[in-house]
Amino acid sequence: MSETTTAEIGARLVALREEGGAVALGRVLTLVIVATGSPVGTDALIDAANQASKEHPCRVIVVDASGEHGDAGLDAEIRIGGDAGASEVVLLHPTGDARAELDTLVIPLLLPDAPIVVWWPAQPPEHPGEDPLGRMAQRRISDVGESSDAIAQLARLGEKYTPGDTDLSWARTTLWRGITAAAMDDVSSPVRAVTVRGAGHRPSTHLFAAWLAAAFELDVTLVEEPDATVITGLDIELADGTITMRRPEGEVVVSITQPGQPDHQLAMPKRPLQDCLMEDLRRMDPDATYQRTVLYGLPRVRVAS
Amino acid sequence: MPNSTNPLRDPADRRLPRIAGPGGLVLFGVTGDLARKKLLPAVYDLANRGLLPPGFGLTGYGRRDWDHDHFRGVAREAVEAHCRTPFDEHVWEQLAKGFRFVQGTFDDPEGFANLARTVNELDAERGTGGNHAFYLSIPPGQFPVVCQQLSESGLSTPQPGTWRRVVIEKPFGSDLESARELNDVVEKVFPPDAVFRIDHYLGKETVQNLLAMRFANQLFEPIWNANYVDHVQITMAEDIGIGSRAGYYDGIGAARDVIQNHLLQLLALTAMEEPVSFHADALRTEKEKVLSSVRLPNDLRRHTARGQYSAGWQGGEQVRGYLSEDGVPADSITETYAAIRLDLDTRRWAGVPFYLRAGKRLGRRVTEIAVVFKRAPHLPFDLNETQELGQNALVIRVQPDEGVTIRFGSKVPGTAMEVRDVTMDFGYGHSFTESSPEAYERLLLDVLLGDPPLFPHQREVELSWEILDPIIDAWSTFGQPDQYRAGTWGPASADEMLAQDGRTWRRP
Repeated sequence: MSETTTAEIGARLVALREEGGAVALGRVLTLVIVATGSPVGTDALIDAANQASKEHPCRVIVVDASGEHGDAGLDAEIRIGGDAGASEVVLLHPTGDARAELDTLVIPLLLPDAPIVVWWPAQPPEHPGEDPLGRMAQRRISDVGESSDAIAQLARLGEKYTPGDTDLSWARTTLWRGITAAAMDDVSSPVRAVTVRGAGHRPSTHLFAAWLAAAFELDVTLVEEPDATVITGLDIELADGTITMRRPEGEVVVSITQPGQPDHQLAMPKRPLQDCLMEDLRRMDPDATYQRTVLYGLPRVRVAS
Repeated sequence: MPNSTNPLRDPADRRLPRIAGPGGLVLFGVTGDLARKKLLPAVYDLANRGLLPPGFGLTGYGRRDWDHDHFRGVAREAVEAHCRTPFDEHVWEQLAKGFRFVQGTFDDPEGFANLARTVNELDAERGTGGNHAFYLSIPPGQFPVVCQQLSESGLSTPQPGTWRRVVIEKPFGSDLESARELNDVVEKVFPPDAVFRIDHYLGKETVQNLLAMRFANQLFEPIWNANYVDHVQITMAEDIGIGSRAGYYDGIGAARDVIQNHLLQLLALTAMEEPVSFHADALRTEKEKVLSSVRLPNDLRRHTARGQYSAGWQGGEQVRGYLSEDGVPADSITETYAAIRLDLDTRRWAGVPFYLRAGKRLGRRVTEIAVVFKRAPHLPFDLNETQELGQNALVIRVQPDEGVTIRFGSKVPGTAMEVRDVTMDFGYGHSFTESSPEAYERLLLDVLLGDPPLFPHQREVELSWEILDPIIDAWSTFGQPDQYRAGTWGPASADEMLAQDGRTWRRP
């Protein structure tokens, strides 16, 4: 649809539903993707959202406001059924001055009552909680992992934290956090020191270290490994031994060494984007652990190379 | 048990997965259908979701002359054919390293000595930490000998700080007496809280959702009583026949096979009062209360029905009648269809009958709970206008196509006032995941975690037999069950049973 308005798009969605018979109405949320300037391309984002919609059927609204030139106006595209999975996708391409107010652009398309999630796959706004789109939303998902100055951005987002913020890099740490928590289940002796190894430029490494720092209430050393792109290891020094986990760059198997136990090996592949997104859509309430991690944990991460 | 002082475990941290602590699973009956189609794939899916501990081991015990690698090959085939998450070579490789096979028969002390050795090896090599669950996926007739062997080989006795659990599947006996005998056998060796009885229905998402729907909402509970509910129908229909299971099925029948466990559990969850918490004890208390309030109909001839499917064409396929199935005697009086009326002697349900029916070779495969409401006490419309209006109903579809349907009247568009039934539909698969965990995944994880809310207790099993025994005794004197054509919704006597109460069966 070219040269249109969002009200027309909304009417078209209703008409399409009636034509197609009773297509699923059980949508649980509206996902707004601000695709402007995303390096991975709109289709890859929609694909991830469609995969995630298998667990959380949603209306996906993709706003791509990169069309700077030309007259003010709105082009749109609706994708339903088939490759759209369990979701309906609306692509909005505002051009010219129509890019000015994105919140009133999407308001007619929001599902009644259902929560709103805004996802910035590229550059998040300075203060997500006060961004016009962000203010409407229950959840604001940034992804600083794609930025060049990711760590500085993460710290800035931490300073501006509003309940409901999360970063996708946080979901990238969940599997690591899971096995670490499981390894600490039977430990009674106090923790002396913690070292995290991995990519110094990836926010997930920092968040993982920050989580440990906030939970154990101590400074955590982050050892940068030059070629790493992920978390590659962890040492927790206890009074009576050390828990060591290693997953070298490019491998999927974690080796775990614990005092008083045989060595373990566990397959833990890198999580694809859609899995992280799916996890983030699972709960709509503020993530208190993330809050503690960015507010109190990040300042206690000491980077050593 | 997870250490409550672990600073990394924060109840507010809902992302952190529930990973079981170190532990192993010992599988008896590893070549059976259940192991191949459900258990082994569920173990793999759990591993793939990252929910199994690094220190996990699985030991198969059986007669076959297999070595560890052969067993891994067989298990891999089963997993690849039936797993629900994508097959990942790395995950499988790590998981399969903890797989062992021990050859032996159930009465062979040497086999069990080997098993004990293997389990100890797993503790040393894989770090299963002395925690082991024994899954008896075998006919109940074999329980005594296996339990005795487990006891004699010392396998059933945990060291301090470790656990041993036993998992048993239905049938939990074939009447009250045998259920008690069976339980005595098992509880002689394992303490009651180490016995996990699997009723895989209770692991299904919809069944758990029934509790969420009833007790998390304001909308339903106020009308969930005799003031508004006319009656409740609980149906479990299968479209298949008994296949090759004549040896098991004949002499057991539909009532013992599914009403005693699945349907009475569904009844208990539908009818029970609100538990004070969702801890196993609190849930069990409410379920036991409601089961103990069940009253049987006075006239069992009028308020029960049973049937046997006869030969016919079902959905374009010619099928045999029950009496001509392989292995079924020509004069068998085993029912393949059973329907019963039960009343609950509680204030909430006084005068609300619960109709339970289960059968094979019925119209289609479906399990559902239909709560049918009373008609509005006064209708400000004339009779013609509401002729097509039925009773409001709330239907919980347990399988397939899990979800909830609400049926109510709505005005037909047009100038005349006319009211007709419409449905409002919630499909689980529409609003939530397509890949919700399989019931066995949830239950196996609960066994490893030692989390028992979804497992029925012996007292519940005994209460269900107390309900069913008099009915089955009476039936044994009634002669041949009524015949019904394969692919229909049961014998005419079942329809009459409701008709005399002024009701009809819902077509699911």
